[in-house]
Amino acid sequence: MSVDEAAALEVSPQELMTINAARELRDGQVCLVGVGPPNAAANLARRLQAPDCVLVYESGAIGAQPVRLPLSIGDDDLADTALELVSVPEMFNYWIGGGRIDVGFLGAAQIDPHANLNTTVIGGYEAPKVRLPGAGGAPEIAACAGSVIVIARHSPRVFVERLDFVTSLAHKRAQTVVITDLGVLRPGADAELELVAVHPDVEPADVQEATGWELRIADPLERTEAPSEHEVRELRDLRASAGR
Amino acid sequence: MDLREAISEHVNDGMTVALEGFTHLIPFAAGHELIRQGRRELTLVRMTPDLIYDQLIGMGCARKLIFSYGGNPGVGSLHRFRDAVEHGWPQPLEIVEHSHAGLANAYAAGAADLPFAVLRGYAGTDLATHNELVSFVDCPFTGESLSAVRAVTPDVTIVHAQRADRHGNVQLWGLAGVQKEAVLAASAAIVTVEEVVDELEARPHSVILPAFTIAAVCHVPGGAHPSYAAGYSTRDNDFYSAWDDISRDRDRFLEWMREHVLEGAEVPA
Repeated sequence: MSVDEAAALEVSPQELMTINAARELRDGQVCLVGVGPPNAAANLARRLQAPDCVLVYESGAIGAQPVRLPLSIGDDDLADTALELVSVPEMFNYWIGGGRIDVGFLGAAQIDPHANLNTTVIGGYEAPKVRLPGAGGAPEIAACAGSVIVIARHSPRVFVERLDFVTSLAHKRAQTVVITDLGVLRPGADAELELVAVHPDVEPADVQEATGWELRIADPLERTEAPSEHEVRELRDLRASAGR
Repeated sequence: MDLREAISEHVNDGMTVALEGFTHLIPFAAGHELIRQGRRELTLVRMTPDLIYDQLIGMGCARKLIFSYGGNPGVGSLHRFRDAVEHGWPQPLEIVEHSHAGLANAYAAGAADLPFAVLRGYAGTDLATHNELVSFVDCPFTGESLSAVRAVTPDVTIVHAQRADRHGNVQLWGLAGVQKEAVLAASAAIVTVEEVVDELEARPHSVILPAFTIAAVCHVPGGAHPSYAAGYSTRDNDFYSAWDDISRDRDRFLEWMREHVLEGAEVPA
């Protein structure tokens, strides 16, 4: 590999998370996609190992096959390429509430040791320091999807012992995986998150330092594969298609 | 009917008003007319406040907001909404927040003239603690504890649609959101449309709102911009991104609203 090619493969933390989240999806799974990184991860998976993954957007598009990376969950490209369009009450009652989603992606401003999530406020509810967008579809996705992939940047402000607000409760039945820019966490025996893998060049101590509680670390601890040139190029190509 | 007359006739200060459209078909032109007519003390209901409520809140039209996701989709914060909640500017904003499932079902209950809707979710979250419109009931058949959300029944619901015929029957298609439920839950409904046609044609995924469910139909082409109307326009994603900067600063926001909304010139589609 030339020096130029090596430089081109230097990935940002965001790219590292997106690629690792995309790897979690299996072909043919029914996947509910939210705005932001989950949207990029799900569409990347469709270009890699999961071309027949069924993308569901809470705006009502089932089986969307967007050519460009959509900015919102209601972009025209999603509706134009969808197998079916349903109303929002139908989406939540029959498709999400009815338990037809295999995998849901969620993001969070705060996550606690049991993978409960806060997307509502930082600080007190009545006089918040930061008012965040709020629940959206997250509580029902967390409660009803077969498994949940959480994507979050690793920092002590995000990984907190106690949430300022519980927006979404991690469901006991759902399999949860948390993908961060430092590694991968999964619930252990009593449902507390455990660090199961670190990314290349990351040490467990780095992850502990970025976590606001005493972190359980799996033994043996795995190391994720570095993003391949193919994965990085597909992701950048996808991102270049966004926004038109 | 003229949009100005429709708003003036049906929307009064202090009313509960829902402008619906889930990313698609958001009735921006009607929202701008509410701002131009200086409506005050409104209780605004909308699943995703989006840019249109950011504008209404920033212009001081709202006393209370009932919502389920207050972000700029794919971009970030709604700065005027945040400023109102965090700093009380331009006035304090009372908030009542649901999950999407909760508010969608609250509209559906309103449409069915039922006092509340039943769903799972909310249990164990802090949402139920902070929202008096959410409670819990035991299923009379299985004993399962379920969440109950109080019906939403707006005084007026406003939506944008693709077409109306000359009798006032309305047709919309594409992502249909929660518009049918929001219209049927309301005491009165105003619809802005892209086009008025002699006869409505059958279309896949289309929703028909019969004339008898609607108080006023107004011909407002481009009335959803920067949202869109499938078959007529595409979502102006550049504007959604640009709003992040325009809305961040109070003065810049006010200047933009003065130039593009108050002085009458609608943003071209």
